[in-house]
Amino acid sequence: MSDMPDSPVKTMNMIEAINSALDIMLERDDDVVILGEDVGYFGGVFRATAHLQEKYGKRRVFDTPISENGILGAAVGMGAYGLRPVPEIQFADYIYPGLDQIVSEAARLRYRSAGDFIAPMTIRTPFGGGIFGGQTHSQSPESLFTHMSGVKTIIPATPYDAKGLLISAIEDNDPIIFFEPKRIYNGPFTGYYDRPVEPWSKHSAAQVPEGYYKIPLGKADVVQEGEGLTIITYGTMVHVASAVVEEQGIDADVIDLRTLLPLDIETIEESVKKTGRCLIVHEATRTSGFGAELAALVAERCFYHLEAPIERVTGFDTPYPHSLEWAYFPGPVRLTTAIEKIMKD
Amino acid sequence: MKKQNKQNLPRLHLHIPEPQFRPGDTADFSNLEIEDVGVTGRPEETIAPIDMQHMATGLIRVLDMEGKASGPWDPKLSTDIKLKMLRHIMKVRSFDDRMFRAQRQGKTSFYMKCTGEEATSIAPAMALAADDMVFPSYRQQGILLVRGYPMLDMMNQIYSNREDSLKGRQLPIMYSSSDHSFFTISGNLTTQYPQAVGWAMASAAKQDSRIAATWCGEGSTAEGDFHSAMTFATVYNAPVIFNIVNNQWAISSFSGIAGGERATFAARGLGYGIASIRVDGNDPLAVYAATEWAAHRARTNNGPTLIEHFTYRAEGHSTSDDPSSYRAAEEYAKWPLGDPLERLKAHLIGEATWDEDRHVALKKALDDEVKTTQKLAEKNGILGHGMHQEFETMFEDVFEEMPWHLQEQMDMSLAEKISKFSTKNKEKMERGS
Repeated sequence: MSDMPDSPVKTMNMIEAINSALDIMLERDDDVVILGEDVGYFGGVFRATAHLQEKYGKRRVFDTPISENGILGAAVGMGAYGLRPVPEIQFADYIYPGLDQIVSEAARLRYRSAGDFIAPMTIRTPFGGGIFGGQTHSQSPESLFTHMSGVKTIIPATPYDAKGLLISAIEDNDPIIFFEPKRIYNGPFTGYYDRPVEPWSKHSAAQVPEGYYKIPLGKADVVQEGEGLTIITYGTMVHVASAVVEEQGIDADVIDLRTLLPLDIETIEESVKKTGRCLIVHEATRTSGFGAELAALVAERCFYHLEAPIERVTGFDTPYPHSLEWAYFPGPVRLTTAIEKIMKD
Repeated sequence: MKKQNKQNLPRLHLHIPEPQFRPGDTADFSNLEIEDVGVTGRPEETIAPIDMQHMATGLIRVLDMEGKASGPWDPKLSTDIKLKMLRHIMKVRSFDDRMFRAQRQGKTSFYMKCTGEEATSIAPAMALAADDMVFPSYRQQGILLVRGYPMLDMMNQIYSNREDSLKGRQLPIMYSSSDHSFFTISGNLTTQYPQAVGWAMASAAKQDSRIAATWCGEGSTAEGDFHSAMTFATVYNAPVIFNIVNNQWAISSFSGIAGGERATFAARGLGYGIASIRVDGNDPLAVYAATEWAAHRARTNNGPTLIEHFTYRAEGHSTSDDPSSYRAAEEYAKWPLGDPLERLKAHLIGEATWDEDRHVALKKALDDEVKTTQKLAEKNGILGHGMHQEFETMFEDVFEEMPWHLQEQMDMSLAEKISKFSTKNKEKMERGS
């Protein structure tokens, strides 16, 4: 946690940290506008935009019709005008009706117009499971966005990172998809669903400066350091992996990617070359998931340093189930099995 | 559950719309109901949409088929402006003919003409303020000519040559010019509709005076983007003009495939509470008047307008289709609303401000200008002669700054350039060493 600013520090959960980032950016830049379903008077279904309309007015923070296609299309037009829109898509699972406006439009404006038009927008959207949301409130579609050219993909894992990354994202001139792991909005979930929920207040990364600060995009954070294993992960799974490593006393680097694209390949390479073993963990479905890209990169760059095959721990290639949520979720059991396998030789 | 004896009912039938005429048929539009000039009145721009619903089935007209202007919609333009309008229509037609031929000669990959529907872009461009933002579809090249975008730059783009300001990245005719308030054209249909609304909302939020205008074809009104745009425009009363160019054909699908058998395309605005009008799209003066009305309405916070331009696509969809394989040959010749160029010309001759000799002279001058410009453009290269941009440009502008993975891929392409494309290596390979 470098570049700690001087402003007073407050304990915040991830929602409060996101709210604080939005508040600061609305205050600093009149071109920042927030639009989305229920984000105005009500302040968002997860409260991320609470009190912002009250403070900045309806011109800056407003409710939209239930049309992700319309929200994202309008945001592209607002960006072309010169605004810096921050649309909220209520759940990542709802983003598909607006996908064309991201893939074919926002992601391509700079390229197709040779810099004549840009789409400086940050799409915030809660993603991931662990809240009994069933198949339409639990998905992790990040690899759809890393697979297309022209969009940056960010996934914070702590309140401190969420605020600093969101401020960087809003100031960035490229279109960004900012996935918020909703399972850890209120506390750093360790994957032990049968244990009491721990609040953010007990976690050091909940100490968040009240003022403006940025975390650079494309820089991973090594949240635990070790010599015997590299775990590459992001979002909720950072906490699940850290807990397993801690409880089982495994000597591992745990890398929180924070930004999937652009990816911090240097940190990954340095770590895997040091440890010789690599485990990739994400909640999303396995086939063609971002883990496949990570595994390929590690194989291409670190093959001769590897002492065991690269392992992946992921969600299953099924729709996200409701009642069987904890059978689906890549929790401590799946992680432990993979770690045992990779550490065996 | 209701018990019903269904045995006596006819079986269900799926209706697949079919156009009146196909190749080999004789086109006959005598059953097409077309209002006379002056029947559709001109309400105040402040009228509530609910009070003007009949206009979605009417037809705004100014010029009769002899070229005489009359009725409440006559914009009463000066001769000077009408001559400029004629000149723009003639210029874009000459440009289209030349570029179509260039594609046929293998100088580029693709082209789309706007023949027969020139009025639907030229007249609106003239009625709007120069800094009103336009979000065109792919057949509004007329706007750029009206706004003074250099024809040479259009041709450079069509040829993807070394002077192409879009660096050879886009299919021909997908222009972009923020300097001319002309949004970058997408090949995906109607994506520009909600974008135009967003731009208009931003303009209103910033208490600007500029409005937005956007275009799509009747076929792509079926896209979800069209309906999202309508919803957003009505919810936020956005200062935007929606143009539907109903040219009867979406590639080979007639307007019935988009719902045209049941209602006019203008009528799509009614359910949204949007002012919806229909205009004779081959009547440049009527199109001008309709746009002026809608622009004034938008600029005075009276909200969006949907304009259906009733016209006919005289040529194929693009250089990639042959219209004689799906529609009757002489449809355009029989189209009851004629040709916008001929109608405006007849109007000006009728006013005694124009004559056949001057017309022939102007046509020649424009054809010469287009030809001369084409020669200049071809000096910058043509697509048929290969790649005109540095390989590096392929990787630029994906992001503001190039990330490492694109940097690596760029290095790979530069290595390929040396091994595959350099003359030295080619010679070497040919020599077999």
